[in-house]
Amino acid sequence: MRFTALSAPSAARAAWVTLAAVVVALLLCALIFVFYGVSPGTVYGTMLRGTLGDSTGLAEVARRTIPLLLIGSGLALAFRAQFFNIGAEGQLLLGAVFAAGTGLFVPLPGPLLLPAMFIMGAVGGGLWAGIAAWLRRLNVNEILSTLMLNYIAVAVVTYLIAGPWKGKEVRGYIYTDLFPENGFLAVIPGTQVHWPTLVLGVAGALALQWVLSRSTFGYALRVVGENPGAARYVGLSAGRVATTVALITGGMAGLAGAGEVAGIHHRLLEAGQLSLGYGFTAVIVAWLARGNPALCLITAPVMAIILAGGDLLKIDLNMPFRVVDVFSGVILLCLISSEVFIRNRVTWGTGRPAGSKANG
Amino acid sequence: MTQSVTQTKQTNSSPPALRLRGITKRFPGVVANDNVDLTVDAGEVLALLGENGAGKSTLISILYGLYQPDEGTVELRGQPVRVTSPAQALKLGIGLVPQHPLLVARHTVAENLALGGGSGLFPARGVAGRVRELSGKYGLEVNPQARVSDLSPGEKQRVEIVRALMRGAQVLILDEPTSVLTPQEADALFRVMRELKADGRSLIFISHKLDEVLAVADRVTVLRRGKVVGGRDTAGATREDLAEMMVGRSVDFTRKRLAAARPETPLLTVRNLTALGARGLPALRGVSFELRQGEVLGVAGIAGNGQSELVEVLAGLHASGGEVTLAGQPLTGNADERFRGGVAHIPEDRIHSGTVPTMTVAENLALRDYARAPLARGLARDLAATDARARQDVEAYAVATPGIHTPSRLLSGGNIQKLILARELNGSPKLILAVHPTYGLDIGATDQVHRVLLERTEGGAGVLLVSEDLDELLSLSDRIGVMVGGELRGPFPVAEVTRESLGMMMGGAHPTVIPGADQGVIA
Ligand SMILES: Nc1ncnc2c1ncn2[C@@H]1O[C@H](COP(=O)(O)OP(=O)(O)OP(=O)(O)O)[C@@H](O)[C@H]1O
Ligand SMILES: [Mg+2]
Repeated sequence: MRFTALSAPSAARAAWVTLAAVVVALLLCALIFVFYGVSPGTVYGTMLRGTLGDSTGLAEVARRTIPLLLIGSGLALAFRAQFFNIGAEGQLLLGAVFAAGTGLFVPLPGPLLLPAMFIMGAVGGGLWAGIAAWLRRLNVNEILSTLMLNYIAVAVVTYLIAGPWKGKEVRGYIYTDLFPENGFLAVIPGTQVHWPTLVLGVAGALALQWVLSRSTFGYALRVVGENPGAARYVGLSAGRVATTVALITGGMAGLAGAGEVAGIHHRLLEAGQLSLGYGFTAVIVAWLARGNPALCLITAPVMAIILAGGDLLKIDLNMPFRVVDVFSGVILLCLISSEVFIRNRVTWGTGRPAGSKANG
Repeated sequence: MTQSVTQTKQTNSSPPALRLRGITKRFPGVVANDNVDLTVDAGEVLALLGENGAGKSTLISILYGLYQPDEGTVELRGQPVRVTSPAQALKLGIGLVPQHPLLVARHTVAENLALGGGSGLFPARGVAGRVRELSGKYGLEVNPQARVSDLSPGEKQRVEIVRALMRGAQVLILDEPTSVLTPQEADALFRVMRELKADGRSLIFISHKLDEVLAVADRVTVLRRGKVVGGRDTAGATREDLAEMMVGRSVDFTRKRLAAARPETPLLTVRNLTALGARGLPALRGVSFELRQGEVLGVAGIAGNGQSELVEVLAGLHASGGEVTLAGQPLTGNADERFRGGVAHIPEDRIHSGTVPTMTVAENLALRDYARAPLARGLARDLAATDARARQDVEAYAVATPGIHTPSRLLSGGNIQKLILARELNGSPKLILAVHPTYGLDIGATDQVHRVLLERTEGGAGVLLVSEDLDELLSLSDRIGVMVGGELRGPFPVAEVTRESLGMMMGGAHPTVIPGADQGVIA
């Protein structure tokens, strides 16, 4: 097996390699299930039937698509600028905190409350990512800082719901009181699909795609991401671009957090219940989309199916709750490995002269 | 290995060391190599000539296993071989000194040289000795402990040469190795090449400098638009003969700048400029000069003597002390503000700073103005206007590209440079900072660049021309200064200097100059 570098990998090639990576990942997971003692047929059958098979399943998928789409499209943009934000989880939580704080404590006339909650959610998420951007200017790697900020965000949420914001009506539990009715977001009846956030996510993904490909900022972002030397040469401040990107990404994650509390929980509760690992799964969403926010419209539902299907496995097949992480992990691994197939053509077989062995 | 060498040396009827038969390579939109036949004998230096985009780099990429030919075969000593990767090329004894160095910037020279060649836990250790030995033997100055990111392009190229030599290549390909070398360094390289040749090795040499070709090559093969259009022995050939074979018409080599009465209005005044270099050591130690309107001020010097810093300071990329005024106004601001204020900058490193290789030709041409009208309306880019501007630039500067939406990475070196020139000279810069502006350009393109620069001076622009090509400096400049150890000698009117005197000054032949002084000289 030999690799030949491709000078211009096409978009079509990227698409089919990505697809192949997902298929390989699913096959690898199947193997894991065999070892675990469950037939892969049963597993995938359960997942598919339970997610795409009926309206409840579809609603579960849609519900998970919402935060994945918001966060994923923001991350896609960040990755294009080589700002490796893996702290979307924390930014989502801070968004939830800011939105909940607004819902609980700011007396606003009815129709203004929800918009205010979303705006504050975006501010909260943006602020959290902004800290990482600021630290980056002090030469702190954003991968580390965003990761650490996740833990701090969890601590902030726990502190608030167990301490100052602990609800008056709740006894032993740790969560806040419910928001006033005006702070409840509309849902598709009978489901937890808060459709206004979904609309926001679709609009956001398209808007970010426009930013990337059509706006002057998107151009600057690509220059910074693709050749920092050229950015310096034309006097583009990489720090400013990174900060803006961080604020946008964090803001998108914050919106997701606001959507979760306003649309589903109607209160601030424990971090583990607020986010089902959306911030991490969204990294895969962005990667599958190869840095194109609009493509998250496809990749977010795909990952949502896996998240929702994974939850079914826990319930229906009594599998360990980490099963979703296995999926995510294997898919991510396959995606990372697939990069080499996008950039290189692979040829099989011999054809090399005698006496030379094992190259590459 | 040794037997085969002596063999080929003694028997005249043995097959050539290297033979290419009918090599064809197509890229979308171009046939880069079209049925190319070529041979090199053992103990021979073959020069590959051709205009920018003629297909020289493509041909040697095929030879080095970077590309697979669509048609045709490669034979080594009569044996057909398939070169499927650079690793395999090295095993077959084919070494390459690439046009653009492929080194790991963060590593030291020794570590880079150990990559893929060394063994054990500390591969770099044994290498340092070998490097010193080779660099001592051939006069290729390389410090094994230096970090690659701190090296100038010229120094990087030297590392590449040492690397190929270390691997013991029998066929050594040099893709424009002299572009960034000083005359002395180039002479040293030619000595290396002659020794390798005397060793019975085969060398393929690409250069746009015809004097060098005549000096070092035994034979030339000329490519035009991918096809072999001719070849001859260099014995008895002149520059003019070779140029005519390449471009298909005669070319004029006389001094381009005719001494003219210059207006004495100062354009750029530089007073006591100081700056620190990459290692925190003084790179500029009180540089003062004046550049007049319509003047070409040449700056000669061996890479690493402060030229890069001087240009970067003027372009707004490097902090400095001292005073700079342009047309009477203090020159301040970042690179963008200075560009808008009339400072164009043709950078030293066209791949790593002059362009974004993954972006298209049109996008690269917009690199300076993407955020301003007419290329943008408010926050939105105007893609139609961007394309229109690109088409115009590509046409005006004869950039050979399959299309304006081709990534600039796929352009030949010369065409990337034309792209940069088109972009930088758009508008009417007052001051043009040109660093190696014709590095890698063929004679036609070089001529074009020179004419464009001189045209701009007629309009009153001043050109600060930094070049390691003394012929270029002598043929274009009104005055020439020499950078040595962060200080500027001169500038001297061009009539008062010669190649030799400049070369001497570059080497530090001045009573008060300590060549290569790096530590402890300045308090
Ligand atoms: N990977 C590629 N994909 C598409 N086109 C290519 C690619 N590589 C080279 N080309 C095109 O093939 C032609 C030959 O390019 P090549 O780099 O071989 O020229 P060259 O003779 O080395 O020129 P120069 O003197 O400027 O270095 C050019 O038109 C170039 O744009
Ligand atoms: Mg070339």
